[in-house]
Amino acid sequence: MDYFAQQLINGLVLGSIYGLIAIGYTMVYGIVGMINFAHGDIFMIGGFIALITFLILVSFGLTAIPLILLIVLLVSMAITALYGWTVERIAYRPLRHSFRLAPMLSAIGMSFVLTNFSQVAQGARVKPVPPIITGGHTLHEGPDGFVVQLSNIQIIVVITTVVLLALFTWLVSSTRLGRDMRACEQDQTMASLLGVDVDRTISMTFVIGAALAAVAGMMYLLYYGLVDFFMGFVAGIKAFTAAVLGGIGSLPGAMLGGLLIGLIETLWSAYFSVEYKDVAAFSILIVVLIFLPTGLLGRPEVEKV
Amino acid sequence: MSGDHILSVDRLSMRFGGIVAVNDLSFNAERRKITALIGPNGAGKTTVFNCITGFYKPTSGAMRLVHDDGHAIQLERLNDFRISKLARVARTFQNIRLFPGMTALENLMVAQHNALMRASGLTFLGLIGAPSWRKAEQAAIDLAQTWLDRIGLLDRADDAAGNLPYGDQRRLEIARAMCTQPALLCLDEPAAGLNARESAALSELLLSIRGDQGTSILLIEHDMSVVMEISDHVVVMDHGIKIAEGTPQQIRDDPKVIAAYLGADEEEAIAVMESGT
Amino acid sequence: MSAPPAVQTSRAPGAAFILKKALISALVALVLFSLMIGVRTDAGPDGQLTYWTRFGDLAAMVATVFGGSIVLELLRQWWGPVGTIRVVPPAVQSTLSLAGRLVAPVLLVFTFLVPVLFYNERYILDLGILVLTYVMLGWGLNVVVGLAGLLDLGYVAFYAVGAYSYALLATNFGLSFWVCLPLAGILAAFWGVLLGFPVLRLRGDYLAIVTLAFGEIIRLVIINWQSLTGGPNGVTGIPRPTLFGIPLTPGDDGLAAMLGIEFSPTHRVVFLFYLILALALLTNWVTIRLRRLPIGRAWEALREDEVACRALGINTTTTKLTAFATGAMFGGFAGAFFATRQGFISPESFTFHESALVLAIVVLGGMGSQLGVALAALAMIGGFELFRGLEQYRMLVFGMAMVLLMIWRPRGLIGHRAPTVFLKTNQAISSDLVKEGHG
Repeated sequence: MDYFAQQLINGLVLGSIYGLIAIGYTMVYGIVGMINFAHGDIFMIGGFIALITFLILVSFGLTAIPLILLIVLLVSMAITALYGWTVERIAYRPLRHSFRLAPMLSAIGMSFVLTNFSQVAQGARVKPVPPIITGGHTLHEGPDGFVVQLSNIQIIVVITTVVLLALFTWLVSSTRLGRDMRACEQDQTMASLLGVDVDRTISMTFVIGAALAAVAGMMYLLYYGLVDFFMGFVAGIKAFTAAVLGGIGSLPGAMLGGLLIGLIETLWSAYFSVEYKDVAAFSILIVVLIFLPTGLLGRPEVEKV
Repeated sequence: MSGDHILSVDRLSMRFGGIVAVNDLSFNAERRKITALIGPNGAGKTTVFNCITGFYKPTSGAMRLVHDDGHAIQLERLNDFRISKLARVARTFQNIRLFPGMTALENLMVAQHNALMRASGLTFLGLIGAPSWRKAEQAAIDLAQTWLDRIGLLDRADDAAGNLPYGDQRRLEIARAMCTQPALLCLDEPAAGLNARESAALSELLLSIRGDQGTSILLIEHDMSVVMEISDHVVVMDHGIKIAEGTPQQIRDDPKVIAAYLGADEEEAIAVMESGT
Repeated sequence: MSAPPAVQTSRAPGAAFILKKALISALVALVLFSLMIGVRTDAGPDGQLTYWTRFGDLAAMVATVFGGSIVLELLRQWWGPVGTIRVVPPAVQSTLSLAGRLVAPVLLVFTFLVPVLFYNERYILDLGILVLTYVMLGWGLNVVVGLAGLLDLGYVAFYAVGAYSYALLATNFGLSFWVCLPLAGILAAFWGVLLGFPVLRLRGDYLAIVTLAFGEIIRLVIINWQSLTGGPNGVTGIPRPTLFGIPLTPGDDGLAAMLGIEFSPTHRVVFLFYLILALALLTNWVTIRLRRLPIGRAWEALREDEVACRALGINTTTTKLTAFATGAMFGGFAGAFFATRQGFISPESFTFHESALVLAIVVLGGMGSQLGVALAALAMIGGFELFRGLEQYRMLVFGMAMVLLMIWRPRGLIGHRAPTVFLKTNQAISSDLVKEGHG
């Protein structure tokens, strides 16, 4: 039971990271109707920028960990958001009203560009950092000596996710931008007729998605203590799987899907085999989609005849 | 109302969540006759069509189709493509659904899919170019050509369907449905968007389909000139229920029908009628 | 690299506008690259991560973006507004269409002559084999994506199934290539149907992720099922193909000895070249034939309008499954060829990157066009080889090329569809009318 509780904690933390990335997929899908294949790489860039900012701050002699974390968070979010904006501007906007496969391939191309850009710019080797946040709390100590631990970093990841999610829900539901986004999601032509700047709204969607991915990248760096240029691909696919599992286009769905994928992965690794954890995650996705073709919380597609 | 019914709809109901689109509807369509289903927007006509053609599974009720040879089929037990394949019910759509990137001729060839599939020995005979396949293919092209000729599109056979004018697309969709050799043809607003001349040509085409092919037709239509001219029997729906049925003449004079269309109550409608005549 | 939102003006924008635009681009580039290029991180001698600055590189990049933006804007002005219809004189047009008709036969004849013309150029022959392999993969995927309009992001799975089928059957049971080839195709088709079942009800992006996941599952199983597949180490010692039992070896029973000519390793390369050419042409022939059969028409009709298909009594389930199976079968053949050519296979050859590449070939070729796919394969693989000298920048350039090609030709190189049957005139249909399916 203790072992299970520990895995549950680990799974939820991993799931939070996936969920943050998945929100970016789901938002872009909701508004432009395309898979932003480069989103996983945006997450990777976010991780790199967080790493570099952190190194610079430490070398300047900054020691206050909370301050460092705050600066790293802000810098990483800002620069990564600009990456999101640029990607949309270069690769997607010219294809806005085109044939549907073209933006998807353009996105795959962009993903190759970003992966290899960071490989060329920062080298192919894994970048490890020493643990930044240490310590934790023992929740329960079993009679057999097994200890259920909740580390500080896990607390930070979960709290950050919850806060961001609340902020984000507020943004979508109660601000002008959120209203514009929902309007564009429903009908871009009508939205533009009513004075919504569609281009700007779509850009902002990419910017917000990228900023959230940057947070996920930073959490990944803190939690696992490393980044590398290839991490965007696997994390991207997992997060995309999470978005689809939850029902693409649905924000709570993305978070739910993220948590589920995180849990499945962790529990499968703990009880069955580490090697097949991804196979398990993907298989469950396929099984869910057989029975719920639009995911767990997705709107069922009504076939208009 | 006794006669040879090709289709008997019996207490059909269709609910979407809490909304009742069709409520306890019963009517019959006679063999080799044109039956029109009319009613104001939102009356549930297209929903009835979608139930008959297998796109929706009705909440309750039965739909019985009897072929010329007496073979009876319960349509509510079939679904999807089987309605067309086994029950030989063909349909057109309110918003035209041709294959726009394929030529007019190709559209009519696709319609003969099941017959050609058999002739091509499930593709294998066709792949080796067996003579029996070649003959069947030529026959299919001939049939398509006949229909293109009947709808006056023979010289546009090799044009993309999506490039044809609206009226031509409407007729092509009917020809495509006819190429499946249906026993019952269901047309969802075939005259929508047509001008007076095109409507007249459509009426003529439908009458010839009934007369020459002996195909029974079930028709949803808003264009009353078409309905009155060609229908043998009219069923009027409003808010998911049948409010009247009879010959076009009977329907024209039915105050309930006029009230449904004008959104007024019966007495007002009677007043309108009396002042008009 | 980037440009601010374009301002639509009727007059050509002045120098001030161009400069402003370039400045904004440069500023964006400065922020983007500040940390990623301006700072380089690496592990120091003690394993600790250190960093050093590269402000020179950063300045160079920003300057490039600034200059590039100006050049791009000038080019755009010179080219005229986007969407201008260029009037081509009829004479030029007819010459072009004649040239268009000649491309396919000329290309085919040339391909047949490649081993003769370049007999001594091993590199060109190898490249030719590689290009033809991708032409075949492209033609195979074209059945699924181009004709049936079903998006498949995991096509490489079938390539892998084909390759491993041959490799394992040949190394474990000693079966010959010619026995394994159809088996590889059948096994791949079987997996195609297996993938087809869960995705039958899915559309668009759900279809995309499931096919992608399927490709990853196959790859992960190959990596982890070490006892069967050798895991990451792959399968070695896969037998080379024989000319119907006659090996292409220097020994006494080899082909060279039988024909009484001197043995040369090039013989095998030439043989492999014609083998893949034959397989590719078989794929092409079957696809062209299928398009004119009811099943092929049903695939295309499915891409155009699935609801209408159902109304016409077409069983969309079997239609989709046959499309998946047919495409997968060709992928399986190509995989078996790949295994026999390499003599060694490992999971590394079957990553998502391959699926994306083949999909890019199909889309760039112009969805459904056989010639387009061949040209796109030649351009992509040939182009990729041209960039070999760029080494680590190669994938970067490749990715950018993919983005630019899509922006330049979103509907592919060949922008029309050829009808499968005609009464009087066989006229091409503009791809603007052709639907893309729900993939």
